[in-house]
Amino acid sequence: MEWLTLTIDGREVSVLKGSTVLEACRRNDIPIPTLCHDPELTAGGACRLCVVQIEGMRNLPPSCVTQVTQGMKVETQNPKVRNARKTILELLVANHPLDCMTCQKMGNCSLAEFAYEYGVTGEIYQGERRNLPIDESNPFILRDPNKCILCGKCIKACSEIQGKSILDFSYRGFDAQVGPAFNVPYNESDCDFCGSCVSVCPVGALVEKQMVGKGHPWEITKVQTTCPFCGVGCNFDLNVKDGKVIGVTSNPEAPVNGKALCVKGRFGMDMIYSPHRLTTPLIRKDGVLVPAEWDEALDLIASKFGEIKKNYGPDSIAALSSAHCTNEENYLMQKFMRAVIGTNNVDHCART
Amino acid sequence: MTNSINEIPNTKAMFVIGSNATEAHPVIGTKMKQALAKGSKLIVVDPRCTNLAEHSDVWLRLRSGTDIALINGIMNIILANGWEDRAFIEARTEGFEETRKTIEKYPPELVSQITGVPVEQLIEAAKLYATAECAEIFYTLGITEHVCGTDNVKSLANLAMLTGNLGKESSGVNPMRGQNNVQGACDMGALPNVYPGYQQVANPEVQAKFEAAWGVPLSPKNGFTIPDMFAAATSKNLRALYCMGEDPVITDADANHVRKGLQSLDFLVVQEIFLSETAKLADVVLPGASYAEKTGTFSNTERRVQMVNQAIKPIGNARTDGEIICDIATRMGYPFEYQSSAEVMQEIARLTPIFGGITHARLGTQGLQWPVPTIEHPGTKFLHEGKFSRGLGQFVAIDNQLPAELPDKEYPFLLNTGRKLSHYNVFTQHSPSLEIHSPEELAEVNPVDAKRLGLEVNEVVKVTSRRGEVKTKIKITERVPVGMIFMTFHYFDSPTNELTNGAYDKTTKTYEYKVCGVQITKIA
Amino acid sequence: MEWLTLTIDGREVSALKGSTVLEACRVNNIPIPTLCYDKALTPAGACRLCIVQIEGMRNLPPSCVTQVTQGMKVETQNEKVRNARKTILELLVANHPLDCMTCQKLGDCSLAEYAYEYGVKGQEYKGEKRQLPIDDDNPYILRDLNKCILCGKCIATCEAVTERNVIGFAYRGFQAKVSTFMDTDLKDSSCVYCNRCVAICPVGALMDKNMIGKGRAWELKKEEVTCTFCDSGCEFVINSKNGKVLGVTAKSASNGRPLCLKGRIGSDFRYNSERTDKPFINRDGEFVQVTWSEFLGLGNIVEKINSLTK
Repeated sequence: MEWLTLTIDGREVSVLKGSTVLEACRRNDIPIPTLCHDPELTAGGACRLCVVQIEGMRNLPPSCVTQVTQGMKVETQNPKVRNARKTILELLVANHPLDCMTCQKMGNCSLAEFAYEYGVTGEIYQGERRNLPIDESNPFILRDPNKCILCGKCIKACSEIQGKSILDFSYRGFDAQVGPAFNVPYNESDCDFCGSCVSVCPVGALVEKQMVGKGHPWEITKVQTTCPFCGVGCNFDLNVKDGKVIGVTSNPEAPVNGKALCVKGRFGMDMIYSPHRLTTPLIRKDGVLVPAEWDEALDLIASKFGEIKKNYGPDSIAALSSAHCTNEENYLMQKFMRAVIGTNNVDHCART
Repeated sequence: MTNSINEIPNTKAMFVIGSNATEAHPVIGTKMKQALAKGSKLIVVDPRCTNLAEHSDVWLRLRSGTDIALINGIMNIILANGWEDRAFIEARTEGFEETRKTIEKYPPELVSQITGVPVEQLIEAAKLYATAECAEIFYTLGITEHVCGTDNVKSLANLAMLTGNLGKESSGVNPMRGQNNVQGACDMGALPNVYPGYQQVANPEVQAKFEAAWGVPLSPKNGFTIPDMFAAATSKNLRALYCMGEDPVITDADANHVRKGLQSLDFLVVQEIFLSETAKLADVVLPGASYAEKTGTFSNTERRVQMVNQAIKPIGNARTDGEIICDIATRMGYPFEYQSSAEVMQEIARLTPIFGGITHARLGTQGLQWPVPTIEHPGTKFLHEGKFSRGLGQFVAIDNQLPAELPDKEYPFLLNTGRKLSHYNVFTQHSPSLEIHSPEELAEVNPVDAKRLGLEVNEVVKVTSRRGEVKTKIKITERVPVGMIFMTFHYFDSPTNELTNGAYDKTTKTYEYKVCGVQITKIA
Repeated sequence: MEWLTLTIDGREVSALKGSTVLEACRVNNIPIPTLCYDKALTPAGACRLCIVQIEGMRNLPPSCVTQVTQGMKVETQNEKVRNARKTILELLVANHPLDCMTCQKLGDCSLAEYAYEYGVKGQEYKGEKRQLPIDDDNPYILRDLNKCILCGKCIATCEAVTERNVIGFAYRGFQAKVSTFMDTDLKDSSCVYCNRCVAICPVGALMDKNMIGKGRAWELKKEEVTCTFCDSGCEFVINSKNGKVLGVTAKSASNGRPLCLKGRIGSDFRYNSERTDKPFINRDGEFVQVTWSEFLGLGNIVEKINSLTK
């Protein structure tokens, strides 16, 4: 492993040979705006927002696809660089809907973040705006192609993370857009609704439909947890507002899955609030299950188990523990059966 | 799994047998596709044309229940071509010679006859797997849910040892566990023969250790497994059942047999988050909490113990399952006084060597892969490096065995069951969005059979077995071979396990969900 | 004190006689959107966003100016009420600039908050938009009347300090606006930049220039402090981002105190993150930071004292 030394904004930094200028900046906490870059995806050099000035190079090279060299001198914030970035942002905002008030992405929108930083209101270049239909065909992903900035990250996430390649660019120039083959709605395509595209979209073109109107990013607390829907053990963030789970978002630090998830993990959390949830103990009285207080239910169980143990021995009682419950709960269940009841009659659905 | 999930993208060959990873383990499926993009070879063994089969280099469409013959045949070809790893066999294994004799009874032509797979495909598969620089075997319930499930697994171990594809990075045998914490429930000793960490209940030293820790005498006798429980209940040897977070009426094979067992009990307690079919039979139903409402840990299929963090309070008057158990224990005169699930984990770590170094604080956001014997230990990425748990790897000679019930004149179709991407087990139908997306069973029937029976797409048919009947909509597709019907077990309205066979593997007591005979009849 | 009982959204609640329906809702954590209401000011009933349905009353009365009566039956979220509120918001947003991406108020903007809740994009009513010049000629307040929703709160709070009374409504209809005497810029008015109006403005019409471009509302940490410049004890907010103080803003004029520029600027100075705790001396034309003992010419005084005690 060879280390190279370069100067960024007058500061000397060392990075591994083969790193890009962007990586060198990020590692040294030097902020560079990006729209099309994601560490989990291959670099595209599409948005050009990460341009920097490098001594001896003509034009302003995009830092995400420029490798560091020994002794390189980089400037990331001089007026020439900032003006170039501002022009790029002006052009993007010029053809971007300005419904930020109601846009679910606001607060997490990279375009708005950089527009704010660079003071871009979108008034410099007045021109035609796209007016494409919004894809609301499915219960999971809301797709507004008018907000798309054509960064291409969703396309890469679909092919590189998910291995599906549902999405690609179509048309040219002003008409260029991203979508499934023949521009059909998502639900008519071969989409698995893993939502990887949503997790990388820097703007409001792809958002979690279930979260629309439920809360702004700045009002949400994120709680990292482990998915309950198969044995892979993906991690994600439950988004909580006012004591209620309003959605799931990827956590890039998740050890097993990174940003990838499947349709169940990302969107199946609405099961928590199913109207069919049991919310109170039930006891069978005269053949019917009727609501009861906890004390009554637990006393009944304790006395029944005690009675049966006394009359028929501990091995006349068994428990089914659960592959859906936590380790701690399974531990408690087997300890309960072994130490309190006195039997090894404990098993669970280990085989399905 | 002997390997970690993130080793998958770097493997050079994948042998996927009885596993529909892109649907049942979607993110592992994506890792496999990432490996393919990097040039890995893919062998898929499955009677159904799964999504992975479409992406494979060679797809072996074997007859259901002929896995052992197929694996023996592949080993036969490997030996015939000298592709085996001599050094590994000599240094790390025993019992090879005896197994070789059995393997020799399975020449490619015979295996082709048994399995229905052409000889050239067998050779191609053997070559791809045996000659790759590193190779991983993946299997799921298509291997274990057979009466010969244990022998199927041992055959795969033979294959891995024969080629030395074990105990290395991106090289091993990887069963993918079906449920989110089935690994953890096993690790925690929710099994009738072992305490936490697979410590045998019959071992007097282990018994003494837990008696000292828990301060009560403990039984050295193995308890009932699930199939035993229903039989014992019917014969009144079992009087009470405490069922937490399981719905055996829907998930266990031969639902009518299960229902009969449960109805014979004197007292049934069900702790659940929904009023399941099993809960409907209960004397007392207790409302538990969902994953968002509690703190604890799950162990995933790569042995990674990870935090589950409470995000919201339990809904309504519900309580976490842990609190409920503690409360019942206390009411029965043995106080379970834990301040938090972190404190329970401290007790687990004290008594369970493979969890010895695990605390909630250490798990943090990244988790740890057991074995984690000490508080300094970094966890274990892949198993069997340099040495197997038992010392040398044991080759076991195994012969092909038939499923317990094959199609016959009366029930001419083979029923195969499994999962689909949009649902998980029997409760995701409670998710409004998944329910909209994928609202009903669509049993798969081959076009040839559909034509013969005069069935249309989306037609509702009756499927009958010796044990029960269900109604289901059908989809006509070549994904299933002629003579097979495939159903999932996710839907309330088509409870597939009314049909499945309660025969099970003699060692693991796993039901043969993958093969039984059924009849399909038009309703109108 | 007489208590009355009324039903709000099917829930029975008690409220003091003389309180308004809005107050009864707020006390019971029943959310009602408001733009022109402030509990320190006289209710104006201007924005009409707080309308509710009350059994037996015609139309939808604004809850901020409707007193509770015994047995009253109120609905705050039914379709009729929500639709009326949505229409009000549509009309407001129709004549509101949509530069939220760069608007300093976003994250604290009540209009945006309710637009989000009610799904109002401003597409319903297309029409003329104001094109008023932005008043940017003073160092303290950025006044963009294009964003003003005419709620009148700034006027009311300014009037509350008798000697100020700088602004009032001027013109009518579409031309209506909040204006200084003779419609001058703030710098030519009698404004003392106490920023009571900035603190109370629900939208981005009045903003503290000090904070423009320094960070979004949701990125800021706000710490409330009491001013010590005089004995009034006004409240200010120290705004910081990533541990660095960005500026001090007026919090609220709600407690009958005047607020003043001096207090704000003084507090800004006091909490300035650039402030150092060591003095500078001019050495050969260059300021060099030195220790207090050096600055005060005390030199090695500690050593001297120590040597004396020996």
